[in-house]
Amino acid sequence: MTLLRTKRLTKHFGGVHALDGVDLSFEAGAVTALVGPNGSGKSTLINVLTGFVPMDGGHVLIGDSVVPDGVRSSDVSAYGITRTFQSVRLIGQMSVLDNILLVLTERTVWGALFERHGAFHLDSAQKTLTEVGLWEKRHELAENLSFGQRKLLEIARAISMNASVYLFDEPFAGLFPEMRTVVSRILRRLRDQGAAVVLVEHDMELIRDLADHCYVLDSGKVIASGKPADVLREPHVVEAYLGK
Amino acid sequence: MEYFVHIGILICVYGMVALSLNLVVGETGMISVAQAAFSGIGAYVTALLLLALGINFFLAVILSMLAAGAIAFLVGAIFTRLQEVYYVFGTVGFNVILYTVLLNWNSVTRGPLGIPGIPRPELFGFIFSDNHMFLGLALASLAAIYGLCTFIKNSSFGRVLHAIREDEEATSVFGYATHHYKLAVFTIAAMFTAYASGLYATYISYIDPSTFALPESIFILAMIILGGLSSTRGAVLGAFLLVILPEALRFVGFPSDIAAQMRQMTYGLVLVLLMLYRPQGILGKFRI
Repeated sequence: MTLLRTKRLTKHFGGVHALDGVDLSFEAGAVTALVGPNGSGKSTLINVLTGFVPMDGGHVLIGDSVVPDGVRSSDVSAYGITRTFQSVRLIGQMSVLDNILLVLTERTVWGALFERHGAFHLDSAQKTLTEVGLWEKRHELAENLSFGQRKLLEIARAISMNASVYLFDEPFAGLFPEMRTVVSRILRRLRDQGAAVVLVEHDMELIRDLADHCYVLDSGKVIASGKPADVLREPHVVEAYLGK
Repeated sequence: MEYFVHIGILICVYGMVALSLNLVVGETGMISVAQAAFSGIGAYVTALLLLALGINFFLAVILSMLAAGAIAFLVGAIFTRLQEVYYVFGTVGFNVILYTVLLNWNSVTRGPLGIPGIPRPELFGFIFSDNHMFLGLALASLAAIYGLCTFIKNSSFGRVLHAIREDEEATSVFGYATHHYKLAVFTIAAMFTAYASGLYATYISYIDPSTFALPESIFILAMIILGGLSSTRGAVLGAFLLVILPEALRFVGFPSDIAAQMRQMTYGLVLVLLMLYRPQGILGKFRI
């Protein structure tokens, strides 16, 4: 089942075609990798799909429904989509626990004003933070964590939202091997639970190991798609990455 | 003794206004320079209702809070969509407009002549005409506003405000309509401020537009920066210090012909030194 699709999606920055008529689909219960050289449009795609930048043309479909005028950032979680960022964006002057509770709470002003966290919220936060090994650091400020720990906290924040589509923008970058193992385990678990997992990544071994499907982008276009083992062998994909 | 009671009442009033502004600036990161405008709305509506209709103070001040809240909601609906420096200039403009209205709407506000003879509050037949009793009322009001601000700060709503302060864009992607939160806190702060200034109007018994001009907004902003942003205790401390400091400088012994200017300069120097050596304020953790 397709959870998220794009049709002829375009985004221009001045004369630069960051996305140039991109057609993609992200399936439930699958890890879909987005690969391509720097500047190929991978992060722009995630930014468009989460309303960080407006699209210039084309369509975004949630299931079979077209999102009119593109996705707005405040509607992203209502569509069951969540994301991480290429450069970690936590609430630095908030504790590790509060960073998780932030996404577990009421979204409306009145609801948030009178909400008191119960056992459900704390149990949920404990479960997620334990999974990434940060429960013991729950009272520390997020800005005081190491880079790898902040990356893990951002992933924990995303998975706390119980979304159906997860957009992970280079989640393995800068992580120690044991942390990479944790992230790989999380991605597999999300896939096994039926989520659509989108993975932007440069490590081809990881992509062969984790991804069920792969899109290769170059200069804002999809230049190849299919099984990672097949796609990553194609000469024009190798050329896009390594040059002639 | 009466002098200290007077200072105590002023600290309570400014403390409430500073606590209100801290919700907007300290907790949410929106630098607002319009608190004197909402103070003016609260004071004038309270005074006019008391004098024209003779209603009870507490009913009058509740109506003034609703008036300030409604106006804050309307202007906030525009301002809270503005980014950073544009938002600041928007609030400056609003304060200037409100001051001009108070100064020129002679048929209602009596313009520069102001409104004299504002009666003291009355509760179950007891009139707070004695300043000691009024201080008790002001302290109770300060405690109530302090409690409400603490409640807001510690709620899930407060956590979202902190997130908006640090990264509004990222906060929105978690499903928060951030401008709703900014509008709500802007409105709440205006209502709390209206209560404080309504109380102030009945204490002083006379108000005129000069009390609610732009420099007053800057003065209130200085209080929360001095005390420490995002700190409820800091807001009260800032109000305490900036009410006390000019008074204390009266006893320094400046020559009488330049005393006023010297007090202003000393007061300004203290603020500059603070920004140089402790920019997060005395009790604050967050820098603008």
